[in-house]
Amino acid sequence: MSDGYLYFPGCSLKGTGIAYEESLLAAFRLLDLKLEELDDWNCCGATSYMSMDETQAFVLSARNLSLARQAGNRDLIAPCSACYLVLRKTQDYVGKYPSIRDRVQASLRDADLPMMDGVRTRHPLEVLYNDVGVARIRSMSVREWRGGPLVCYYGCQAIRPYYEVDKPVQQTRMEEILGAAGIPTVDFALKTKCCGGSLTGTIHEVGVRLNYILLKEARRKGAQAMVTLCPLCQFNLDAYQAEIRKQNRESLDMPIFYFTQLLGWALGADPRSLGVQRSISGRRLAREWFSVEQEVPAHV
Amino acid sequence: MSKLNGNIRIGVYVCHCGTNIAGTVDVAAVARAAAGFPGVAVSREYKYMCSDPGQELIVKDIREHNLNRIVVASCSPLLHEHTFRTAVEKARLNPYFTQMVNIREHNSWVHQEKGAATEKANDLVRAAVRRVACHKPLEKSRVPIDPAVLVVGGGIAGIHAALTLANSGKRVYLVERDATIGGHMARFDKTFPTLDCAACILTPKMTAVKAHPNITLWTLSEVSAVEGYVGNYEVAVTRHPRFVHEDLCAGCMQCVEACIYKKPKYEDEFNYGLSKRKPVYLPFPQAVPQVVVIDPEDCIEFKSGACKKTCVEACGDRHAIDFEMTDWTEKIKVGTIILATGFQAFDPKRIPYYGYGTYPNVYTSLEIERLVNAAGPTGGEVVLRDGKSTPRSVGIIHCVGSRDETTNRWCSRVCCMYSLKLAHLIKEHTDAEVFNFYIDIRTPGKGFEEFYQRLLKEGVHFIRGKVAEVTDWALDPSEEGKLVIRVEDTLSAFVRRIPVDMVVLALGLEPHADAQEVRRRFNITCSTEGFFLERHPKLAPVNTFTDGIFLAGCCQGPKDIPDTVAQAGAAAAEALVLIDAGYVETEPNTAYVLEEECSGCRTCITLCPYRAISHVEAKQKAEINPVLCKGCGTCVAGCPSGSIQQNLFEDEEIFEEIAGVLNYVR
Repeated sequence: MSDGYLYFPGCSLKGTGIAYEESLLAAFRLLDLKLEELDDWNCCGATSYMSMDETQAFVLSARNLSLARQAGNRDLIAPCSACYLVLRKTQDYVGKYPSIRDRVQASLRDADLPMMDGVRTRHPLEVLYNDVGVARIRSMSVREWRGGPLVCYYGCQAIRPYYEVDKPVQQTRMEEILGAAGIPTVDFALKTKCCGGSLTGTIHEVGVRLNYILLKEARRKGAQAMVTLCPLCQFNLDAYQAEIRKQNRESLDMPIFYFTQLLGWALGADPRSLGVQRSISGRRLAREWFSVEQEVPAHV
Repeated sequence: MSKLNGNIRIGVYVCHCGTNIAGTVDVAAVARAAAGFPGVAVSREYKYMCSDPGQELIVKDIREHNLNRIVVASCSPLLHEHTFRTAVEKARLNPYFTQMVNIREHNSWVHQEKGAATEKANDLVRAAVRRVACHKPLEKSRVPIDPAVLVVGGGIAGIHAALTLANSGKRVYLVERDATIGGHMARFDKTFPTLDCAACILTPKMTAVKAHPNITLWTLSEVSAVEGYVGNYEVAVTRHPRFVHEDLCAGCMQCVEACIYKKPKYEDEFNYGLSKRKPVYLPFPQAVPQVVVIDPEDCIEFKSGACKKTCVEACGDRHAIDFEMTDWTEKIKVGTIILATGFQAFDPKRIPYYGYGTYPNVYTSLEIERLVNAAGPTGGEVVLRDGKSTPRSVGIIHCVGSRDETTNRWCSRVCCMYSLKLAHLIKEHTDAEVFNFYIDIRTPGKGFEEFYQRLLKEGVHFIRGKVAEVTDWALDPSEEGKLVIRVEDTLSAFVRRIPVDMVVLALGLEPHADAQEVRRRFNITCSTEGFFLERHPKLAPVNTFTDGIFLAGCCQGPKDIPDTVAQAGAAAAEALVLIDAGYVETEPNTAYVLEEECSGCRTCITLCPYRAISHVEAKQKAEINPVLCKGCGTCVAGCPSGSIQQNLFEDEEIFEEIAGVLNYVR
């Protein structure tokens, strides 16, 4: 078994969530953690697969886990909450239910792939918290935060029903990690309240209302920005602020960060390598706090 | 059959138990078969062997037929072994020459087919006949009882038990961990459902404890070791320093006045931190003993050694304050022990979504008891943590740490009623709108349901549903600045948000964190949830599996004050039974060591659950104390050299029984 971790980007981290990938890789590099992208990875099996064809969803997911097993059986880090959940669920269900195991095994055999037993799906927040530890992050942080206070928002899929990333209620690990990196946070009651999920694309006004609730409450608590650990949450909170401003005659313009961007900054990463310039909302604040001088066109 | 000599004359009695046995087992056939077993002189069947005529039959046969062994095939020995042994003794035969065969619970009640059931009864009777021939005469032994009693815990349970025993003239040692007796009850405001003042009914009893010539009260003390057995316990009590001599302090409080801290600075434990105290303090005005205590964690003299010691100055010629005091141990001998160690309230931080510790205006029920109390930190004014504003709406959440799969699964029994009481008191003090969030309202007690009805009429709101969370997130302006209780109202089938100013968490009761440690010290058992286990839930509710140790109050399980006092009285009565009898008789079915074969390996000592075995240094052998031995047989099975035997379970007896059941002829 080789050291370090395998990395499963999934579609988001190569697309709308590329800032998450950039900042994750930067932060891990600075913490001396090896992170190797899984070769030949495919769709994680999330989105509507599970409700359309369960077997197919499990098999898609299992193929990634099986590849990870072939690649030295290292822990597989899935930063996107949707990827994390479906991979973690596959790992769990294949272990628990013989009928699912049989179907998955048959499909993997057809593809000449080994069973994925023993591969662990992990989330970067939990890896940083458990394997690196708050104390080490504190000692490795080199920059002093010049920005305002933030609220940490955890969303749903990384948190439940598997309780490995953080506690099922009143999560604190992002706060602890950012606190260790010298970045102030304020407490917030809506850490797992819905971000709108895919509703922003289907029943748009409901989805937008849901993320407006979060943004408004974060501001009421005195936060100037929000921190997320999921590309969908980040996108929802980031992308519709202009619409919210217009509809509600609001002055809202709040940057929405990935926790890895803030951590990377505290660890001394080049601000340009963290993708902060890519977000849609709160660009002025983000530029100011991260000292990104030049305007760079938004990714989306 | 070589063991059977001509002297063995066995009587076999097969019971019908009405149709309980005779309905499934052909009792006449069993009696006929038994008549043919070796050594059997008389074999009979009878409708009810346990009746007086049934017993008389045995006595008459022993006399007329010169019987010297008796086998009764009937029900479980748990029910009637004592009956038949007594009957045998009446005929001047050693009672241990009796053997029972259980052909009811082990046979007729669990089988249907008559032929097979009868055959099984035959086999069991044959086994008993062969075994009983090997029985030896045994004697019960008597253990004298020391009349002194140790009561552990000075809450209402311990106080009531101690006073009951002391009033009957017995010497009582009352040991309390805190600086004062009174326990939880001393902190309550009113008691449900009568609303009489807790302090008014408790403090006279506390004073009576202190004044009673038969009670030795030790506060700030803990039982550190218990040796011995029923009637003869040797107990070591560790007495922690109060840094004030109880016999010299007059309770004048001048030292508190004179303390270098001009203002109280430290959390007052009695008020759950809602007020402050100085490093030297009296726990509460009616504390018993009325002696101040110094907290070495807070006192400057302990921290720096450089205090001006204005307290000592103020104490003057009394010289009651003594910074040099340390732990010391008292050793006492008692015959019986009553454990009344109480409960601890559930820690609400274990349920983070109810916001205790996150939102200041979320309170525990115990804090509210102090808040509504006229002698409490606010003089009985119900105000929010800011110290000035009165809540206009209050939500009381029931079952916090009760009936919950993720924390404690049991019902804490008192929370419904005390929540109703607090609802009434809060309404009375503030005229606030009060909401009760409940799963079920449980009011099974005298006057309890009537109290609930009264509250319904008083306009307290009841919402049936387990609260999901307490949040400060306002959905609309009417919720701004409030705590919002989110709950599924299961009677109207929708999710509600109730904004309130104050949330009260009705904490459940749970065993003390160190209950397991205490359990081991007293060698008793705990139920799965960690409360001390009674010997029988119905018929021996205050006894433990260790003779001479009794339970009272919430250490056995959650209960209210009336039940606690009743149980404390019962525990005292059970102790008095032993004391007044003067001795206990112990069954002779104990294990004994064959000394010449014992190698002194001590295996048995660690196996014995009753601490009955010791190692005799002089002989390098194990020795079993027959008073402590319960006859469980663990040491017999565990002894590597086979040098432990047990009366009534000797190898010969067991092998004969097996041979009998298998109808094996040597």
